[in-house]
Amino acid sequence: MSGLKRIESHTVVLAASNVDTDQIIPARFLTTTERTGLGRRLFADWRYGADGAPNADFVLNRPEAAGAQVLVAGRNFGCGSSREHAAWALKDYGFRAVISTEIADIFRSNALKNGLLPITVSEATGGWLVAHPGAAVEIDLERLTLTLPTGPVAFELEPFARHCLLEGTDELGYLLGKMPDIERFEAARSG
Amino acid sequence: MAPRTLFEKVWAAHEVVPETRDTPAVLYIDLHLVHEVTSPQAFSVLRSLGLKVHRPERTLATMDHSTPTRTDQVLGRVPIALDAAARQVKQLEHNARDFGIELFAMRDERRGIVHVISPELGATQPGMTVVCGDSHTSTHGAFGALAFGIGTTEVGHVFATQCLLQRKPRTFAVNVNGTLPPGVTAKDLILGIIGRIGVGGGTGHVLEYRGSTIRALSMEERMTVCNMSIEAGARAGMIAPDATTFAYLEARPRAPQGSAWSAALARWRTLGSDPGARFDESVDLDAATLEPMITYGTNPGMVMPIGAAIPRAGDAAREKALDYMGFRGGESLLGKPINVVFIGSCTNGRIEDLKAAARILKGRAVAPGVQLLIVPGSQAVKRAAEAEGLDEIFKSAGADWRESGCSMCLGMNGDTVPSGHYAVSTSNRNFEGRQGVGARTLLASPLTAAASAVRGRITDPRELM
Ligand code: SF4
Repeated sequence: MSGLKRIESHTVVLAASNVDTDQIIPARFLTTTERTGLGRRLFADWRYGADGAPNADFVLNRPEAAGAQVLVAGRNFGCGSSREHAAWALKDYGFRAVISTEIADIFRSNALKNGLLPITVSEATGGWLVAHPGAAVEIDLERLTLTLPTGPVAFELEPFARHCLLEGTDELGYLLGKMPDIERFEAARSG
Repeated sequence: MAPRTLFEKVWAAHEVVPETRDTPAVLYIDLHLVHEVTSPQAFSVLRSLGLKVHRPERTLATMDHSTPTRTDQVLGRVPIALDAAARQVKQLEHNARDFGIELFAMRDERRGIVHVISPELGATQPGMTVVCGDSHTSTHGAFGALAFGIGTTEVGHVFATQCLLQRKPRTFAVNVNGTLPPGVTAKDLILGIIGRIGVGGGTGHVLEYRGSTIRALSMEERMTVCNMSIEAGARAGMIAPDATTFAYLEARPRAPQGSAWSAALARWRTLGSDPGARFDESVDLDAATLEPMITYGTNPGMVMPIGAAIPRAGDAAREKALDYMGFRGGESLLGKPINVVFIGSCTNGRIEDLKAAARILKGRAVAPGVQLLIVPGSQAVKRAAEAEGLDEIFKSAGADWRESGCSMCLGMNGDTVPSGHYAVSTSNRNFEGRQGVGARTLLASPLTAAASAVRGRITDPRELM
């Protein structure tokens, strides 16, 4: 995974609250044994009609959504099933960040592990973003700022996750480096 | 030492490296449960890095999500109908063999839904940390374990190191006191709690269910409650272990035996939250005011007492949900015709749930045109039900009695609700399309589900009790 420092993009807005991971990627597509190729299934039941034709009303099917790397979503985005396929599908589709006033715990963790940046913002900022679909935004991961056309706002990110995203390193390497501590812990418990 | 909560005690006992400002804690995992859908990509990572499973003896695998429930397919008399599912089953067999993990394969009598089999084997124990690539891992919190769902990347972390990087969640006391009225079950209780705190109300928190109502619940009922903690957005849900917990565990195959049992008991007795322990949040509920609950929308927080009127849509999300369900604000659900009833899942697929359904179904018949699917949570539950003759009650009522698995809880194994059809389901998620494209799910207790199957309409179970 290469390092992630800045994202400049227009937004796509999915204003609904409590968008669960069954909507992001329906269960019938979980039979894959790969991580790739799920982008075309993203939001499948909203994006396509029963006949498989794109549903023109759905936001991702509108011409202005093309190329957007930032998804603005309603409160409690990513709730429900722990399927990491949801983060894989969003990433595979081309999203690099998700912005919401609240992001569900497991989805947030899965997103961070796949270079998809989950950003939690205030009600005011979230409200502005929802009201201005297609807005040009800039995300600076080094400074932890989200710049809207109206000016910059700060956001928070767990320091270790930020470090991993910036460096493009993964957590497994760090955990493997703790193996001596882990083995000492195991020995002390069984002793 | 300052008084500590149950969660804080379990967390502290598993910190290999405590958290700092810059780094999360390294948390040791006692039990890792694995199933066929969220593990393949994690095994691939092990292979590509040349890593082994660090503690295969702390790892237990089963097949449940994509597996068929039709007996002929399970027994191998005919091939598994879904190719992709057959591939996942094969791949898990292969992975378990290569990495030395114990697997309850298709025809193993110990197979079942991952959250049903681990407790029934006695593998889930108080004070443990338990994880699985599945959000309903919260079920195991009923034993006073810290149990939570993880993603596939984290499944790989646990395989390789038996540890996870975690920030310490906050604590949330859910105090429930009083006696549950007749016809009001543990399912109604947890739906009532979710209705109260909302589907995002527990985000970032570990819930501890406390109070006289919780103490009076059986282990199976406690599992039903903890199971749906994730539906309130919580990281996990826990209940302090007590005599009920110990009686359930004693003599189960994987529980400590002999002198190890007494040592374990002594340890487990110290786990409950200390008097005066502080929680970051709390909520109080009076069990006596609860009624049978049913959902009317597309998330478990859109829930109400079965006799109530659907709240009038106030926002776009609610409007969209009612539209999807084909309901209008202000109307009652009682008497509305239904098409399918599903009794099963890790929420309500245990023997007590099947007995509750049998109480209603005994000597009655499923209404014409309604499909009643009853799927035991595990093969052991199936055998127990058959030993008591419950299967005969179900079959003579006109129900379809299957092999264990997740089945209609999620539409990926061949059991689905047709588009536009109404399903009263004892599972845990009423999301759009969860039970099949266009399926309309109403979550309720096994009593309500069985009563609705008999009448062919949404029915208050107290009318048939
Ligand atoms: S029964 Fe449903 S909720 Fe439970 S593990 Fe299976 S799919 Fe998940």
